[in-house]
Amino acid sequence: MMYWDIFFCFLKIGAFSFGGGYAALPLIQGEVVGNYGWLSMREFTDLVTISQMTPGSIAVNAATFVGTRLAGLPGAVIATAGCVLPACFIVTLVAKLYLKYRDMTLLAGVFDVLRPAVVALIAVSGADILMSALWNHEAILALKDVNLRLAGIFVFSLFLLLKFRMNPILVMLLAGVIEAGAYLLE
Amino acid sequence: MARRWKLLGKLFLSTLELSAFTFGGGYVIVSLMKKTFVDKFHWIENDEMLDLVAIAETAPGSIAISGAIVVGYKLAGLPGMFITVVATAIPPLVTISLIALGYEAVSDNELVKRLLLGMQAGVAAVIFAVVWDLARKYVKKRDAAAILVMSLAFVAAYVFHVNVIYVVLACIGVGLVHALRLMRSEKS
Repeated sequence: MMYWDIFFCFLKIGAFSFGGGYAALPLIQGEVVGNYGWLSMREFTDLVTISQMTPGSIAVNAATFVGTRLAGLPGAVIATAGCVLPACFIVTLVAKLYLKYRDMTLLAGVFDVLRPAVVALIAVSGADILMSALWNHEAILALKDVNLRLAGIFVFSLFLLLKFRMNPILVMLLAGVIEAGAYLLE
Repeated sequence: MARRWKLLGKLFLSTLELSAFTFGGGYVIVSLMKKTFVDKFHWIENDEMLDLVAIAETAPGSIAISGAIVVGYKLAGLPGMFITVVATAIPPLVTISLIALGYEAVSDNELVKRLLLGMQAGVAAVIFAVVWDLARKYVKKRDAAAILVMSLAFVAAYVFHVNVIYVVLACIGVGLVHALRLMRSEKS
């Protein structure tokens, strides 16, 4: 029964978390903390912090975290499967239609408008991450509080990427190593 | 047949690598996918990549998973979809399982914190580099309509915190009007 509960709970989260990322947080909290009582509020806050520091999306991370807690590795796998299943069906279906009909004027016209919006949405996520790094998750963005070293790391990384077309994963690691090195020298 | 297995293998390994570095959420993997599958392997066209991301946005669930699904499906059908989903899910599965065991040891370590903070600045740079590549095209072409859509979408989502799904739905609405006008002018 436990496995079924875990699966069904994350199936719901996967099916109704439109907008992705932090838009899914209230839904996950409502189910995992409120409805099922699997995590305390404190544990949930920790989970959000962990999600910010580790790879993967918040929903998949929550699924793994809760699944592991409740039923070990099988629990984690079942929770993750429930979480991704709705997207598998819907995205594949939409992709199939797109690949078949994209040459139609109607669909091409819609994507003409969607493309620049997607660029903007990618920029929004970049701006969010940059702001949280430069102001260390503070709410008030005063110019004097900006972390200049991180701003420098950002500009340097951007330079390596645009000018030298360096591998993005290498650039990310290098940025982390510079900041960690600065800490060791302090 | 052998070529197909080779493609699936390459798809699996590169998605696994990208997913392991999606610190900070879904658009990081989208940016990394653009760098890998568009710029490096040339498996997908620039515009097509944006279309695929738009498709991923219309479905529920995280953009990282949906993005992986749509790219996997486009490149190698259902087996491709299955492979990219598994590859995307493995890194968080491993890290979270490990961290669930000893979370305090990691979160209270100042060196780890600073390493991740620095990486955050690097991640932001990766995303902005991709945005720069994509946005520059519209500016070069002096495509005023696209620049307007781009600016409005940015302001709506960043300044007014409008949920992404509403931004996408609004664009679909405007897109339909635009498409119907195109069709009418084709007829006449």
